[in-house]
Amino acid sequence: MVKSEEELTWKDLEVGCVVSEAGNASQYKTGDWRSMRPVWDSTKCIRCGVCYIFCPDMAIHKTDEGYFEADLYYCKGCGICAQECITRCITMVEEEE
Amino acid sequence: MGERVGIEVSLAAAEAVKMANVDVIAAYPITPQTHIVEHLSELVADGELDAEFIPVESEHSAMSVCCGSSAVGARTFTCTSSQGLALMNEIVFIAASLRLPIVMILANRSMSGPLSIWNDHTDVMSIRDCGWIQVFTENGQEVFDHVMFAFRVAESASVSLPIIINLDGFVLTHVIEPIEFWDDETVKKYLPDFKPVNQLHPDNPVTMGAFGLPSIFTEAKKAQNEALIQAKPEILKAWKEMGDLVGRHYQPVETYHAEGSETVFLTMGSFGETVSVAVDELRNQGKSVGQIKLRLWRPFPFDEFREAVRGIKRIIVLDRAVSFGGPGGPVASEIRSVLYQEENMPTITNFLCGFAGRDVTAQDYIAMYEQAEQMAQGRVRQEDYIIYGVRE
Amino acid sequence: MIEVRLHGRGGQGAVTSAELLALAAINQGNYAQAFPSFGPERRGAPVVAFCRIDDKPIRTRAAIYQPDMVLVLDPSILRLVKVTSGLKDDGILVTNTKYSGDELKKELGITHPIATVNATKIAMEELGLPITNTTMLGSLLKAREVVPFDSLIAPLKRRFGRIADKNIKVFTRAYQETLLTR
Repeated sequence: MVKSEEELTWKDLEVGCVVSEAGNASQYKTGDWRSMRPVWDSTKCIRCGVCYIFCPDMAIHKTDEGYFEADLYYCKGCGICAQECITRCITMVEEEE
Repeated sequence: MGERVGIEVSLAAAEAVKMANVDVIAAYPITPQTHIVEHLSELVADGELDAEFIPVESEHSAMSVCCGSSAVGARTFTCTSSQGLALMNEIVFIAASLRLPIVMILANRSMSGPLSIWNDHTDVMSIRDCGWIQVFTENGQEVFDHVMFAFRVAESASVSLPIIINLDGFVLTHVIEPIEFWDDETVKKYLPDFKPVNQLHPDNPVTMGAFGLPSIFTEAKKAQNEALIQAKPEILKAWKEMGDLVGRHYQPVETYHAEGSETVFLTMGSFGETVSVAVDELRNQGKSVGQIKLRLWRPFPFDEFREAVRGIKRIIVLDRAVSFGGPGGPVASEIRSVLYQEENMPTITNFLCGFAGRDVTAQDYIAMYEQAEQMAQGRVRQEDYIIYGVRE
Repeated sequence: MIEVRLHGRGGQGAVTSAELLALAAINQGNYAQAFPSFGPERRGAPVVAFCRIDDKPIRTRAAIYQPDMVLVLDPSILRLVKVTSGLKDDGILVTNTKYSGDELKKELGITHPIATVNATKIAMEELGLPITNTTMLGSLLKAREVVPFDSLIAPLKRRFGRIADKNIKVFTRAYQETLLTR
């Protein structure tokens, strides 16, 4: 989208306010909702993927080495991954640090 | 042209919907609309109409189904009355804002209570601001013609809005009278296939009914209002082309001996025909009386209306609903608002009549005229209105 | 314009009579309206139906208060409802009855001309049912030919299919057996 929502005039809107671009929710940055971010300790990680399964925003993906990391464009810092991690290898770290 | 047949108006309306080759009908039966949907369900069950008839458990579901089917690009029809309309109310507004070209026949009936099944305009006036195109019809022929008109206008790409055809319950729905059907060739010429502006389709996904934050809602409403206003050229075009094809010429505002008359009756719907009889009688007595019929209610035909009332001294506005605690009837208050800035604004005399099946005869309209004349001797305040025939 | 008010009981077919009359007129190229007294249908309750016929388009949408003719399908209604209410001075009352016109005039104090026929008897003999709606149409046309006799044959055939012949029979018999008392 070229214009932000605040810049759109009534003439810019699609008929019936249809969102005609499929899948454009991926453009929506939720990463700035975050005050803490998950950090993985690869020495404890058993690459089970529980964090990947539980992430409600599908923000966690697998790396080439088979470990997991969060896409910080989307990660809201909810901490569910850290809560569910079997080996307690995920720590929630203050964004400020 | 097609055959001229004697038929109940409800059945003719259903036959018109069939001839328009509708794809989906979702409706719940309610008096006095029942015969229309009953006949459509028979036509589908008998294989005479290749459409989905979706029986639903309520009008709320009927309108929800209609939104879904219209969104996937199916030509969609529903029909209701009174309490049924009230129950579908929530989705009626959504259909307009989603710009879904659903066609609805509203067999006008009072709203309870006391519980009543009879005709007046309380139901349609309760959804005046729902965002649909709204037209009124006077007789069975107009109902038949306006089914074709409704699909044509609603579905045209420049409009893409739902439309309500108002017809008076019982007074029209239950009357057998001659109606000239259209032949298939004429329907084909007049009504193109439905090509939706936006369509729910797996090959090209879109989102309908998304969230609107305060930052965009005002713009969304402005766009919706403009869409309804800008539907008018297409409405006029559709009436013009219908006139060329079938010889019946409809206008947003129609007049009967109005030009040069001192007083006019303003009517909407089937009572207009009886008023015409009263106008003839009064003119025979030498009175300067005419009639203005408001066919297009939304979008309101401001220019045509102001043109029609030019030079007229008094408008007797007939209302078939009450704006409780307000300025009388909803139509009269609208007319006052439309004319407020005009120089030489005519006096508005507002009669509320014909509630829930109370009959109003030509003699009654003559009595209203005479009462209005007497009131003219004194000072008539704008907010004055008369509930005609009420027992004091 | 000719205006007819029909009196019957719910389920006896007063509305059908009005409809058949209107269809006959419309098929002739004329204009007509047929409509019930609006409301819920209650089997057995006294009901009225209306029919207007004209050679011009009909604009009045109100009920009929000053009919040119009144048609009564069920004789028991004569003593229940003032069927001649509003009947024009030159109007005719057409009724199903086993009494003569003179007897009815005397009993009910009616001053209008009366056309009488024992429609229940005809219907029982021909249809085996006391349904008098098509029978009484024959009587109506004898009293005043508001539509040509033959114009009703097609609507009767269309409406009644395989029992059309019987209905045409009662319609014809009533036409022949109706007596007019001035």
